[in-house]
Order: sequence, then C-alpha cells, then structure tokens
Amino acid sequence: MKNYIYIIAFLLVSSIGYAQQTPASKQSKDIAIVGATAHIGNGEVIENSLITFSNGKITNIGDATVMKLSTVNMEVIDASGKHVYPGFIVSNGTLGLVEVDAVKASSDLSEMGTFNPHIRSLIAYNAESKIVESMRPNGVLLGQVVPRGGRITGTSSIVQYDAWNWEDAVIKVDDGIHINWPNSFSRGRWWLGEDAALKPNKDYNKQVKELEMYFNESKSYNAGPKDERHLPFESMAGLFNGSKHLYVNVNDQKGITDAVNFTKSQGVSNITIVGGYEAGEIADFLKQNNVSVFLRRVHTRPNNEDDDYDLPYKLAKKLVDAGVLVSLEPSGQMERMNSRNLPFYAGTAVAHGLTKEQALQLITQNPAKIMGIDNMYGTLEHGKSATLFISKGDALDMRTNIVTHAFIDGRQLSLETHQTKLWKRYSEKYNQQD
Amino acid sequence: MIKAYLRLLVFLCSFSLFAQDYFPSNSGVKANNSNYMAFTNAKIHVSPTEVITSGTLLIKDGKVVSVGKSINIPKNTTKIDLSGKSIYPSFIDLHTTFGVAEPKRGGNGPQYAASRSGFYWNDHIMPEQDVMASFKYDAKSASEMHKLGFGVVNTHNPDGIARGTGALIALNNDADNSLRVVDGETTQNFSFKKSVKSRQSYPSSIMGSMALLRQMYDDAKWYAAGNVNTKDLSLEALNGNKNLLQIFEVGSRLDLMRADKVGDAQNIQYTIVGGGDEYERIDEVKSSNAAIILPIDFQMAYDVENPFLASTLSLSDMRSWNQEPHNPRLLAENGVKFALTTHGLKSKKSFKTNLMKAIESGLSKEKALEALTTIPANLLGKSDVLGTLKTGSYANFLITSGDVFDKKTKLYENWVQGMQHVIRNMNVKDIDGDYEFKLAGNDYKLNISGSASKPKAKLESGDNSLGTKMSYSGDWVNLTFTTTDSYKKEYIRVAANAANGNNLSGKATLPNGSEYSFYANRTADSNADKKDKSDSKKSGDSPFMSPVTYPNIAYGYTNKPKAETLLFKNATVWTNESEGVLENTDVLIKDGKIAKIGKDLTDRSAKVIDAKGKHITAGIIDEHSHIGAASINEGGHNSSAEVTIEDVLDDEDIDIYRNLAGGVTSIQILHGSANPIGGRSAVIKLKWGESADNYIYDNTPKFIKFALGENVKQSRSRTNSRFPQSRMGVEQVFMDYFSRAKAYDDAKKSGKPYRKDTEMEVLAEILNGERFISCHSYVQSEINMLMKVAERFNFKINTFTHILEGYKVADKMADHGVGGSTFSDWWAYKYEVNDAIPYNAAIMHNAGVVTAINSDDAEMSRRLNQEAAKSVKYGGINEEDAWKFVTLNPAKLLHLDDRVGSLKVGKDADVVLWTDHPLSIYSKAEKTIIEGVTYFDLEKDKQMRDAIKKEKSELINLMLQDKNKGLKTQPVKKKEKKLLNCDSMDSGY
Repeated sequence: MKNYIYIIAFLLVSSIGYAQQTPASKQSKDIAIVGATAHIGNGEVIENSLITFSNGKITNIGDATVMKLSTVNMEVIDASGKHVYPGFIVSNGTLGLVEVDAVKASSDLSEMGTFNPHIRSLIAYNAESKIVESMRPNGVLLGQVVPRGGRITGTSSIVQYDAWNWEDAVIKVDDGIHINWPNSFSRGRWWLGEDAALKPNKDYNKQVKELEMYFNESKSYNAGPKDERHLPFESMAGLFNGSKHLYVNVNDQKGITDAVNFTKSQGVSNITIVGGYEAGEIADFLKQNNVSVFLRRVHTRPNNEDDDYDLPYKLAKKLVDAGVLVSLEPSGQMERMNSRNLPFYAGTAVAHGLTKEQALQLITQNPAKIMGIDNMYGTLEHGKSATLFISKGDALDMRTNIVTHAFIDGRQLSLETHQTKLWKRYSEKYNQQD
Repeated sequence: MIKAYLRLLVFLCSFSLFAQDYFPSNSGVKANNSNYMAFTNAKIHVSPTEVITSGTLLIKDGKVVSVGKSINIPKNTTKIDLSGKSIYPSFIDLHTTFGVAEPKRGGNGPQYAASRSGFYWNDHIMPEQDVMASFKYDAKSASEMHKLGFGVVNTHNPDGIARGTGALIALNNDADNSLRVVDGETTQNFSFKKSVKSRQSYPSSIMGSMALLRQMYDDAKWYAAGNVNTKDLSLEALNGNKNLLQIFEVGSRLDLMRADKVGDAQNIQYTIVGGGDEYERIDEVKSSNAAIILPIDFQMAYDVENPFLASTLSLSDMRSWNQEPHNPRLLAENGVKFALTTHGLKSKKSFKTNLMKAIESGLSKEKALEALTTIPANLLGKSDVLGTLKTGSYANFLITSGDVFDKKTKLYENWVQGMQHVIRNMNVKDIDGDYEFKLAGNDYKLNISGSASKPKAKLESGDNSLGTKMSYSGDWVNLTFTTTDSYKKEYIRVAANAANGNNLSGKATLPNGSEYSFYANRTADSNADKKDKSDSKKSGDSPFMSPVTYPNIAYGYTNKPKAETLLFKNATVWTNESEGVLENTDVLIKDGKIAKIGKDLTDRSAKVIDAKGKHITAGIIDEHSHIGAASINEGGHNSSAEVTIEDVLDDEDIDIYRNLAGGVTSIQILHGSANPIGGRSAVIKLKWGESADNYIYDNTPKFIKFALGENVKQSRSRTNSRFPQSRMGVEQVFMDYFSRAKAYDDAKKSGKPYRKDTEMEVLAEILNGERFISCHSYVQSEINMLMKVAERFNFKINTFTHILEGYKVADKMADHGVGGSTFSDWWAYKYEVNDAIPYNAAIMHNAGVVTAINSDDAEMSRRLNQEAAKSVKYGGINEEDAWKFVTLNPAKLLHLDDRVGSLKVGKDADVVLWTDHPLSIYSKAEKTIIEGVTYFDLEKDKQMRDAIKKEKSELINLMLQDKNKGLKTQPVKKKEKKLLNCDSMDSGY
C-alpha cells in the first residue's frame, strides 16, 4: 500500500513537472484549408480541395478549381501537396482508463463481478492522460472508452481527445453495453492437477443460458413497477428500447452465430461483433443480419499455428468484400499506447487487399456509423464537425504520417505532448554541447 | 487334476525358495526341493533369433538348466506338456517406478538456499537417493505387469534432476525381497525436472537444469581429486555410481538431444528415456548414439465430429496421432537401439494395444521382442541371466497360445524366477457347441459360446427363449435359467461336469426343490465363424503415414530447400554501403554469397528473377528476440551466466517462419531480464527446416544478457526475498560478480588448480573482451551506472537494449562506445518507461550512437521494416539511415557486419525481395533468402496453405474412421504457443 502511495505522489509531482497541453479554445475565426488532397472518409477523394469551417462546422468542401469562394476574413492554410483526413476514431478503446500498465494504482480498467452493465467508463476517463495526448500527432482524435472484464463488462461512452475533463470530452454518453461471449474453449484447472490445455468448454451452454436469464430478468424488471431499484437491470433498458448499442466480444464462428441469434431473439437491434477473428467465415450471415464488426487488432499473430501468416492482416478485406460494415479495434497487450498506430493498422490492411480509401473508412466513417455519431463525425461533409487533420503525406503510412494541423470541432489542437517536449529538451541539450 | 497338482508344486517350490540356507527355520523341517521341471513340446523362443519348434525347457531353482529339442531330463523331473503352445522369455521394463510411492510436494514460496546439509548445494541433485530405501514390493502392480508379459522391471525414484540409483526387481509374487531384488543398484537416473519435494528456486528453466548438471559433474571431479575439505554425500554417490547404467528421462526429441549434449561433454553416454517423437529428426537422434528407452504412449484419435471444434486442431497434433505409431519402426530401420517401456502410459493396459499398433505400422516382431528382452538385458549388462532362455538364465518366461505379438494370442502363464503366475487357465476345456437335453418332460436346446474366456449360454425350449446365466470353472458348468412359464419368476439350477467326453452330466434342481439327474448331449461343435470384424480389413499394407516435414508442423518442408544461383534483374537495390540505393540494378547470388551487383549482369547457371518495380535489401536483423527458444529466463539466481539459450533452441516454432515472412534473416535470442546477470545468447539465422544446432552462426559471436531496473529488483513480485531489491543493490551485484570473476581469472591464469565454475568462466570472458554484453535498460541513472562499472573493470558495454532513456545520456553512450537497440514507440507499460519517447532512436543516432530498432516481440518482429519507418516520422531520420536501424546497425552491434547487414560482394546472401519500398507499410516480403537458400517465398507459401488444408482433411477422415470403428477418442485441443518475452518464465519448472 505504502508503495502505491509513493507512486501516486510521484505521479502527481511529475505531472506538475510536465503539465499537459492546454485544450484548445473554441473556433473564433473561420478557417480555410486550400489545395490539399481531401480524403472524405466515405471512399471519395478530392484532389485539389477547398475546405472551410466556421464555429466548428464544415461550411464548404469541394474541388478548389471549381468552387468560387472568397476566403477573405478567413485564416487560410495552404495545404497544397498535403492531405486532409477526418479525425481517426478508436473503436473499443480504453484510453484514459489506465496510465501505466504495471502500476495498479493507475488502472481503472475493470470492475469486480460478472454482470456489470451499470458500470460506466466515462466517469473514470482521464482527459489529461499523457497517453491520450500522444494520439493527436498521429491524427487519432476521438474514440470509445470501454471497460473490460466480466461477462457484461459495462457501459462505454465516446469522447474526443482534447478536453479539460470527461464532461468536456464526451461526444456521446453511455453509447453501448459490452459483453464477453462465453468461450468455446476453456482450460483445465491445472492447480487441481487437470490438463491445462485448451479443451472444448463444457459449460458453454450453461453460460449462454445464464446470459439469457440475465437479459430476461432485465426485461421483466424494466416492464414492472420497479418498487425496489435494481441498478444493473435498469441500465439494460437502453438495449431493448434501441437507445444503447450492444457490443459482443467473440471470435469463433459458432460463438458469433450464437451471439447474433441470441441478440435477435432478445429484440436487440443494434449489435456489433468485437474481435471477430473467424467472422470472415460467415461474412454473408453477418451481412444478411446487418451485423457490423469491430475487427481485432491487425498487428497480431495468427491464433493458430496452421493459419496463414498474414491472416490478421487480411481479415478486413474478406469482410469488406462481403459488404459487412467493419471498423478496426486495438484491444490487446499495450493497447492504449499503441492506439496511435490505428492508421497503420489500416495501412497494413491496404498491403493485404483493401484500397487506401476503403481502409480509411475502417477508422473514420464506419466506426462513426456503428457507434451512431456519423451525423457529426467520421466524414468531411458539409454541416458536420470540423474534426480533421492535415498530414504532409499519406497518413496510413508511418513514413508520411506527419501531422501539421489538427482540429476537433474546429478548435485547433496543440500537437505538443510530453514526448515532443522531451524530444525538444534533449535535442536542445546536445545542441548546446555542439 | 493337472492344475491342482501344479498348485501343490508351486507351493513346494516357493517353500524351497524361501528357505535360505543360513536363516533359522521354526516352521517345520528344512525341506529343500531339488526337483526339476520340464516344459515339453512347446515352441520355444529361446531368444528373438533362436526358435526351437517342439522343444523342452528344463528349469530348476528358478534358473534355466537347459533348453533344446532333445535334452537330458533327470528322473526327478515334473513334466508339463505344452503341445501347441509357445514359450517366450518374459519382458523387461527398464523405466518404472514400481514399488515407489509418488513423491510428496513440499512447501510454498520461493526459496533460494538449500534445505539440506552434508549434501550438494542444490536440493534437486540427489544422487545419494537409493531407491531401495523406500521400496515396497507391490504385488498388485506386479500382477498388472504380469498380464502385459513383464517379468523384471527396473525401478527408480521419479523425482529430481539427479535422482539416485535404481534397482532391478523380479516380479515374483511368491518370494520376498531377498530373492526378488535381482540387483539393488543398477542405474543412476537423471532428468531435467526439479524435485517436487523442495521449493529451492534454482533451476527454474531447462537451460538452468543443463547448466546445473554440468556444474555438478565439474564439482564431482574437483571433489574426487580431494580438493574439498568438507563432506558432500551427493557428490560421493555420484562418483561412486558412475559405472552403473546412466539413464536420463526426457519427454521429447529436443530434450533428448539436450541430454545427450550434456552427457557428451562429460564422456557419459546416457541411455535416454525418449519422447516418442524421435522419428521427426531420426538422423539427428541416431547421431546421438544413445540407446533409447522408448515409451509407446500413442495418442487416441481426436473427436473431430464437430467441425467448429475440429477446425482448431493443429496439423502438428493431428500428425502426432498419425505418425507416432511408426516411431518404433523408423528407429529400428535406422539402426537405433531401443528398449520398450510402459513409462508414459496413462493406463498400462494400453501397452499391448499400442505395441500391436507399432507392429501394424511395420515394426518387425523380432525387433519388438528384442526391445522387450535382449536389449534391456544387454543395457543392464545382464545378458547372461536375463532376456533369453539360455542355460543359466532366470526362468523368466511366458507361456502363450501362439505368437506373442498376435492380437488373438492368449497369455496363459508368466513364470518369474521359476515361479508360476497364472494369467489364464490354459487347461480349460473348450465346451462351445450346441446341446440338447430333457428335463421334467420339456425339451431344451442349449448353445454355449466363449467357454475359454467369457462363457455365455443361450437356451430355448419349444418357441420360448429362456433367460439364462452360466458360469464355467474347474470343469463344472453352473447354469441357472427361468422356467417356460414367464409370468412366474422361478428358476431351475443345473450343475454339470464337462470332464468326460462331449457331454455335460450332473444334476438339476427344480423350483420346487426336487432334484433330477441332468444329461446334455452335444449335437454340434461351435461354428467358429463370424466376429473379429475389426480384423476383416487386413493385411500386409501398413497404415497410411503422413509425410514428416522439416520441421514437422504446418509450413515445414518435405525436402529441405537448397542454395541456388539466383539473378535478380532490374531491382531497386538498397546496398547499405556508400553506393546507397541503386535503381534498375541486378544482383547475382552464388554459392550462398552475394557474387555481383551491377547493371546487365548475366549468369548461365542462374535462375533469373524479374524484380522490376521491386526492392532488394539485406535481410532484417533483430537484435532482441525471444522466438525459437524453449525457455527464456533462469530466474532461480540473481546471476545466471552459466546458462545459454543455445541449449534450448526450438526448431519447430512457427514464429520463425512468420518472421521470415516479415523479411527477418538473423536474430539474437536473448535471455530474459529476470536477473542482473542473465544468460548467454543464441545468435542465429532463421534456417527454417534445419535442426536446432544448425541455426547457430558458425564462429558465432559471444553475447550475454544483463538487465537493470524493475524486473531485476522484482518490483512486481509479492515476496522480497531475493537480492537486489533496488537499483543500488543492482550495482553491487555487478561489483561483486566482476570482482570475483577477476580473482577467478587471475587464479586460473596463475596455473594453480582451481574449481571450474562456468559462471565465473563466462564473466571472465567479458573481462577479457571475448564476450559482449547486451543490457536491458530503461532509465538514465542505471544506464550511466553500468557504463561506470564496466569502466572500472576496463571493458565496454557492447549494447544497451530497450534503452528507452538513452536519449538522455546519448552523449555519454557515444563516449563509452556503446550501441543502443531500442523500441520504436513502446512506452507506458511500466513505471520506468514513463519518459520513453519515439524520438529516442533519432536522438541517439544523431549523437553518434550505433542505433538499432528491435522487437522483443514475436508479432512486432514480423514488421520491423515498419518500425524502422517510424524513425522517419519521429525525428526525421533519412530513409537510408532508418533502414540501417534494422539491418546494418544491428549487424554491427552483433559483430556480424563483416558477414551480413548490407549488400556487398562477398557477404552472405541474406537478402529480401520486397514488393514495394521496404519502409512502406504497403510493402510485403516476397522472398526471404539466407545464404542463397530461399526460406520464404510468397508463391510457395500459397501452395503450402493448400497442402495443409488437404492433409488436414485426410487426417480428419482417418480419425472419423477410428471413431466409427468404436475406438476411443480424446477431445479436441487447441495448440498454444506461449508468447515469450523478457519476463517469461518456464512453466512446469
């Protein structure tokens, strides 16, 4: 315990030492970005574009050679030769919930218990996380904040990554509930001398039944007089009235099929498969049932020894070709600090079959659609939020993802971070020595 | 009658055997039986190669007196006629735990010191352990072994690394240990597994076990030479027992080679208890010259009826099921000497089934018999008394109905030391057939079947089929059946003797108690028809065996690929030399080297590859990897310089292939970061398909892993029992060890006798500039500290790996001359990487530090080209320099830049053909070549995918056939490979 107190104290001291970047203030002046190749996020590209935005909203976007538009009184950014993208969106992220993996005191990732629909990630979101700020220089500007653990893990919200606090940050409060679907395989209790190998899960049907019972009980409760308040059941209501989205973490094709059939029979309309390693095997089924997929991290090893070496790289292609709505999710080891590599997950999917604009959709329009924020975010369109950035080159390739300007709701963000400051500080140290 | 007589005889014999000459007897008169016993008219397998048809075996006092066609039979001989039956020498199992209780698990929590005194410093070394001290004869297991045909077993304590001595026990249920113990000290047993009785942490890995064994032998020599003033009963025992058979138990071919390597260095040829997978690299196993004690614990087919579950089965697991039964045959064909054992069988009963499977798979019966008799006898040095039925041998033999390796053959009796153990009565009269009888006015028809094993009766009277129960023993049939009136539950009982003629005669008792005489007349013999459906298929052709590949998993090669002469035309060539990047240039590869680089090259013998629009680079080198190894950390001590990753290479790790697919050609497999002083590295080329040792570089540079910070001070451990617990302590560990190494080296160089200590030898190599340190490091204070420690001992740190705060002390690093091998953008995973920045590589490089980017991760290593490209983004490094971060610079850090790392005539042809700009995220490795051998090829990869699919469907079909035959299956399992990194500990050690 004492150790933790020291660590907390140290963290406090160090965060004073390196203060976070001040969130940008509201857009006060109209801005025009001229000459960039605009990647709309819906698959379209405008080569020589003109983009203007005012009060945080895009007022014009089009071909600069065609549009007749005065940019007087606007702050004009010459972006010829550069590229403009909608801010990238992290699906199924955990940014702001943990600061340092190995320091337990800095983690608010998961709650005890099995059925936790009432647990809300939003209030633990640390808007001043040093990891969150490190997203912006790569064009990663907003994302979902999802709790982990348990059968029903809890309720997520969607935030943008430049804010004073979680209330400031939130784009959509309590957007969805997340479930870990029962595993098809389970491990023997080796500490009791059982075989530790992964064998078919004997309790699978039982665990599905438990989940079914929980859903039924929730419905009964919400239909009744609610004499005695039941917070977890109460928080499930949104699933049945359509105000909350259901995210089901499951990877094997039988589990996916079971999960889709289950949610349909429960009358839950908005559902997304999270993970979906074998989703490609039943892509047509998913398409028919209008089920979208948050596809597991592209930069992972194949699950099975016999799998194609590039299977995780090319999963997106298979699903996209079948017409399934796909977004890329980052969960796994070191997922928070690696979330800034989201554009490169998309880039890898290009090397393995998708077009660049298709891959871009996986981290812009598609997640916005799935999470229900596409009225404002995800694409560069008239009337939508000016949440976008300018990169010197192709933002899906690390060589050329060099962000010069970034905006959230028209506010121009600082691209400085704890890391850039150290870079400058020590570059300066060696320059002094020269 | 004969049987009763035999019982009496056995009694007499045993009496005589119990009565040892010098023991007083108060139970009667001393009556020694000196009669002979002769087994006549049998087919006698005197040895696997010598068979006497219709011969006589004469025994007396538990030994064979003579054997032959016409031998002299003394008058006081009891004869047993075995016409139509066979005699075999009984089997010998060299590796059992017969009569030894399972060791009890001791204590909790880590313990660093030994718990004994007067013995070796490590609890897991127990050569003094004498199996006889705890041996308790177990008649029940003996009877179980009798049924399998075993007469003698060697037993040992199955616990610890050095396990002490084993003993040879005759499974003679009618004697006591004075007779049964054939030899109380036959073997000295070893394994890599720690004792469960002690919690002493060291060794915590298989490489630690290997190092410990080596040190044990060195210490034993030092002790034997009289250099130690104190008592060490362990070493005394080890030295004293060195002439016994040295048995080493392993669980796999890879461990077999490891054990053999340990033995070779000591001039000890272990006899090795194998893993059953020797066939995977039979040449290598053969070259070990080890005799093998071979388990036949073949797997059951997997239950693959559910396609969802079956899809997770790996090809390698499916192949094991299919190929393992062929292992004994392949060992025999390749002239590897082996004995068979019941060791490893979950149920001993499956021994015969599995043995039959091996024979069906082509193991010759003669070899099988040798492996169960003469070979184990020979290995024990007891061929004169065991393994055959030659004069003077123990009268240990089996009486069977015929060929002992035939499914249908019955084992009747198992004689051990002249004592009879009846498995099944061989004199049972076959009374199968149809009978008719009359009783109380009714006519009955009776059918008897299976009288020799499981008697069964069917009874009809008129149109009624009657419920019947039958037993048959000692010539008497007992029959109980219902009356024809099926409503009343009443029974008629019959007791009839079958000894005379073809009839059954006795009496019947009716429900009302009245008795009648009973007489059933046999009308027909049994129609020895039907059944044995499973045998119907037959014969000759041995079952299908999936081809073995190198390695024997998915994406292994059926034939190892060979070096070719290759000419790449019109590529963009990244030379990493002063020529820079050359457009439209040809590269010629010949004899494993880069032969020419230039325009318009030709070579008649070359295979020409059009590389227009593509890029050619040197292969990627990963300075920090943990793939391809069976263990990574030896965490039992804070210094583990004595261990080496070279001991534990794993040549069938699929991540090797996946790394090739990412353009990686060389890696350094580093020890983990559990200890301030870690273990020695393996620097290897990813020669997929080669066996472990061939991966290692010729004249390999010598490296060792050191580590600093949170891991070595065990920040996340719940116990605080190991020094050091702070960075302050870490410095003192180094000061202490280097001071001692210096003293050791001085003593060694002085020419005086010294106790050989591998750990000190390795540290002295560092002091002498022969071995280089790659040190896991994070924060600037500790980085600085280690450089200062090295300077005090007049050497240089070679590489700081991870080195995430290298940018804070880059100037000092440049001055010291140490390189930095870092992550591109990892941070925030623990407290000490709070200040890690992705600009680190750029700053170090700009400050003049030789900088590399490494993976420490089997996933990231697949795309190190992308990680290098991040240096362009973070810090603006130019592309050619960024590319060197994963090629030439790690080659420099590994002292390999004269051989690899750039494209220069004369260097090793370790090259990659990329589909696009190598730093681009859109680029894929199309061909990965090492020394002219194409180890990865996109096109070939595609073909292999199809082949894998096809082979899996074939094997699934075979498994379904097994299930439909009614054979037992096992549930599907999912093959897992634990992803190893710096923090990984061996499981199960």
